[in-house]
Amino acid sequence: MKAGWLPKLLITPSALLVLVCVYGYIMFTVYLSFTASTLLPNLEWAGEAAYTRLFSLENWNVSLGNLGVFASLYILVAMAAGLALAVLIDQKVRAESGFRSIFLYPMALSFIVTGTAWKWLLDPGVGLEHTLHTLGWETFSFSWIKDSDMAIYCVVIAAVWQTTGFVMAMFLAGLRGVDHEQVNAARLDGAKTWQIYRHVIIPQLGPVFISAFVILAHMAIKSYDLVIALTNGGPGRSTWLPSVFMYQYTFTRNEMAVGAASSVLMLLGIGVVVLPYLYSELRKAKHG
Amino acid sequence: MDKYLASRVARIALYLVLVVTAFAFIMPVYVMIVNSLKPLDEIRGGNLMALPVSWTVEPWLMAWSKAQIGVQATGLKPYFINSFLLVIPAVILSTLIGALNGYILTQFKFRFSEALFAAMLFSVFIPFQIVLIPMAKTLGMLGLAGTVKGLIFVNVVYGIGFTTLFFRNYYAAFPNELVRSARMDGAGFFGVLMRILLPNSAPIIVVTVIWQFTNIWNEFLFGASFSDFTSYPLTVALNNLVSSSTGVKEYNVHFAGAFIAAVPTLVVYLVSGKYFVRGLMAGSVKG
Repeated sequence: MKAGWLPKLLITPSALLVLVCVYGYIMFTVYLSFTASTLLPNLEWAGEAAYTRLFSLENWNVSLGNLGVFASLYILVAMAAGLALAVLIDQKVRAESGFRSIFLYPMALSFIVTGTAWKWLLDPGVGLEHTLHTLGWETFSFSWIKDSDMAIYCVVIAAVWQTTGFVMAMFLAGLRGVDHEQVNAARLDGAKTWQIYRHVIIPQLGPVFISAFVILAHMAIKSYDLVIALTNGGPGRSTWLPSVFMYQYTFTRNEMAVGAASSVLMLLGIGVVVLPYLYSELRKAKHG
Repeated sequence: MDKYLASRVARIALYLVLVVTAFAFIMPVYVMIVNSLKPLDEIRGGNLMALPVSWTVEPWLMAWSKAQIGVQATGLKPYFINSFLLVIPAVILSTLIGALNGYILTQFKFRFSEALFAAMLFSVFIPFQIVLIPMAKTLGMLGLAGTVKGLIFVNVVYGIGFTTLFFRNYYAAFPNELVRSARMDGAGFFGVLMRILLPNSAPIIVVTVIWQFTNIWNEFLFGASFSDFTSYPLTVALNNLVSSSTGVKEYNVHFAGAFIAAVPTLVVYLVSGKYFVRGLMAGSVKG
């Protein structure tokens, strides 16, 4: 039905809020990234100085490198573990819903809660290392969280723990939707279960792989809370991510233009991952 | 080896893997609970997996009403209340807005409606760092900086994308005949919404409310950026409790605090996990 004035009027506040507070603010931040803003926004144009400075900062390069390590491992492990759990649960196991609930409940928790729990679990003084020592395995050593070369892997562990169940649920939904005729045909041909998964079922899960990748990649780029609660960026700056960098430079180091520039790059990163996906999803929805 | 035995072994291995993994998933919360009920020296001297020898609720009392957070020794209680004062209005408002938008976007045709929906959809994904600076300025100008009201506003604004998505997809699959026959009977704009759509929206309302509740309860970045020590949400207060404690680290109090922060969303998950999963799925499979 063609919209009269009432529906148009009623959707206007939402439209304005989204246009202003999302897209208007994005443009404002992009503009700020081309100024010399420090403690407060300063609207005088300064060209790409903030970006030049950003790329020259060791803190930024470390943050970016950390994101590379964190995102690739996190996406890879969460997808592999999620798919494995989904396949295992798909074997008509007893108490299926119980297992599913257990694997998925961390998604209901705040990253601050997850970070707090893992912070002490991974702490050599009280956590797993200490526990195994008191149980008699005195040479056991696990102090990654105190080691600036290894601490980023602790962030991966906690993030994987939190989101694997979600990936599992996505794959499980995909597994339940596969074409049964092909599976039955393969079975009649005498294919083994693992062969059926490898050659018939998993190739049909392409869309789920793409969805899971997009969701995980965008979560990785946005990750902030977990790092703050787990390591607070440390030891030193060894677990800084671009999100931590942005907050630090904008709000505590009074380099607002540099902070703005870093958030623009975060947005670009997410745009590259998400926009093609949304575009194809919307087209699919439109054309059935 | 005969076939029957092989499949028995495979079956046992399957359950073994699942059970061991399940333990790994439960372990952190188990550790949180048992150690929140131990005196501190038992944690330092003993192992994290053991049940308490001398049980105590003192860490819970500390975390709830005595621990030092920010300036005063108030415990998490006032921040727990802040989080509820934030979450309840923000969830109600964003759900209502989502229902209205979903209705308008599916039942009416107007220019740019698809572009508008696409714009809302993308807003779900943006890294909120990109809006922090202008939003801080806006809240300052509106006099909402450092208030729970300001956080309500922010969470509603950035929740519109999700709630609209949920209702739009639900109403897009809604039988059109019902709407059309109601219109024939003379139902107007609100008539269709109130008498036809909303009464049939219970599942999606539950999904949206649970999703928004969980998201806003767990939200940290806006809380850390836009609130002060009178208006911190619980996540920010918990982080302050855990990270700022000088001197002796009171692990048991931290665990109790973390569990207190986890209880509301865990309860929602246990009571209505099915709807939580539907929200997750709807949020991941767009369009």
